[in-house]
Amino acid sequence: MSGQLAKFATNRAFWRGVIAVAVFLVLWEIGARSKQWMTPEFFAPFKALLGAMGFKKDYLPWIGAVPAPSAVLKAWIAVLGQAGYWQSWYMSFFRVMGGFFAAMLIGIPFGLALAVSRVAHGIGFPTFEVLRPIPPLAWVPASIIFWPTQELAITFITFLGAFYTIVINVLGGARSIDVRYFQAAQSMGSSRWDIFRRIILPGTLPSIMVGSAVGMGITWEVVVAAEMISGGGSQQAGTGGGLGFFIWNSYVGGSYEQIVVGMISIGIAGFASSELLRWAGRYATPWLRVR
Amino acid sequence: MSAVLNPRPKIVPGEIVAEGVSKSYGAPQFRKEVVQNCSFTIERAKLTVMVGPSGCGKSTLIRLLAGFEQPSAGRIVLDGAPLAEPSRDRLVVFQETALFPWMTTWDNILYGPRARGELSRETREFGEFLLAKVGLQDFRDKYPGQLSGGMQRRAELARAMINNPKVMILDEPFRGLDAMTKELMWEYYSRLYEENRRTNFFVTTDIDEAVFLADRMLVMSNIPTQVRAVIDVDLPRPRKLVDLVESDRANDIKKQALSILHAEAMRSFSRGSKAAADFVDAYLKRASRA
Repeated sequence: MSGQLAKFATNRAFWRGVIAVAVFLVLWEIGARSKQWMTPEFFAPFKALLGAMGFKKDYLPWIGAVPAPSAVLKAWIAVLGQAGYWQSWYMSFFRVMGGFFAAMLIGIPFGLALAVSRVAHGIGFPTFEVLRPIPPLAWVPASIIFWPTQELAITFITFLGAFYTIVINVLGGARSIDVRYFQAAQSMGSSRWDIFRRIILPGTLPSIMVGSAVGMGITWEVVVAAEMISGGGSQQAGTGGGLGFFIWNSYVGGSYEQIVVGMISIGIAGFASSELLRWAGRYATPWLRVR
Repeated sequence: MSAVLNPRPKIVPGEIVAEGVSKSYGAPQFRKEVVQNCSFTIERAKLTVMVGPSGCGKSTLIRLLAGFEQPSAGRIVLDGAPLAEPSRDRLVVFQETALFPWMTTWDNILYGPRARGELSRETREFGEFLLAKVGLQDFRDKYPGQLSGGMQRRAELARAMINNPKVMILDEPFRGLDAMTKELMWEYYSRLYEENRRTNFFVTTDIDEAVFLADRMLVMSNIPTQVRAVIDVDLPRPRKLVDLVESDRANDIKKQALSILHAEAMRSFSRGSKAAADFVDAYLKRASRA
């Protein structure tokens, strides 16, 4: 472990990343503190024009309107001790994982079935293709009507976010397996089940991992929006509506620092889940690691 | 390395006879006959090399021999029985490599017995024997992506041999290797053949490869694929590349085959085939060297 840390300390790419983040934070801090982009006198001549564009205040859009990182950090430390914040994390994670694993559980076998069976493809694919272009968020109202609880409705939306991507990747991956692998396996005496288990499944695994990683990203995008639209699925506001609702609630409550806290929390959550998946993917496909 | 007992199962070489085989593709009105009334024999316990210009339908013939496709007309028999399904009796070693990328060398080699549920102490021992034979003991737990081109071909030979086929079918197996590795593979492969005298059918576009390896050489015409000539390559075994360069007999055989191939290529060339044009280029380079 210490060896790994030492590697980090001498890694140029690592320091480049650290410096980039630091510079970004410093610029943001300066920008937020400046409060003003230019003096009102400077752009007075353009006032009529700017007014026509909808700028009512006496400054142009500028990060001064956004809370400074120092203020965000303060707000963050404050919410760290609140159960509601962690409850939001928990709820969003729960929904993302629920939808995501349901999508894997249904999407992988469905995609494989489409790939290996002409009959399954004929029955399943047209319907799938008609439903696929519908954005998950367009499902929110119908989903709330259909599912008995809001919790299920939101989880269903996140499921949709990952499902299509996973199916398309599995289907494409299975289809692009070299025909010679099948021929070789067949002539060495493989049964159909054997070909499925030893050729199609491992041959599709890299595409499954790619589809999952993309799908995971979409679930985070979708869960947050679904939470905002549906009111977080919780009866008492602010006590566990998920991170999306946390942001919405902060906005309604006028706590702008908390909005940013919520946003960064989602960034961290998404990054952590993708990293987890990448790690699982590397573990599941050792032959790709060695290239 | 420790003394390996010889766990080799008995080799039963087979003989394949193709009689009037045709294969066409496409809808009836656009039907293109790739193989037309093609007859030949892959003799028992001999190494038969089929040589012909690229794109002459040799790969189609291989698919027919392996049973991946059925002929439109004519029949192919192995030891008197018509071919049907793909089977371990006639194993194909593919162009480039068809090792399963997600399996280690060892698992690739054991694939056949494992798939058929025949994994026993004996097959494992035979696997070890073959692994040593192809010199990949140190690479048993590596994935194909970690092997060099030459190693991949050797692993693939082992993967085929463990199934003890009656006939081994090799579809330009050394294509894509660099010249040096390729020549090493020729010597290596012919030694392997000389040891076990299994029936081998080897397809190539490379005339030098054909002369070096073959007991019998089938010289092919361009599409539609037919056998133009059968040449007995009566060079003594074991063969060495250096001996062959100086052998008049080898050069005679090569010239004989080249003149047939040349006539064939010119014929296609006048018809404007891209494959034939490539071949004429290659031929001219060869002829100037010979």
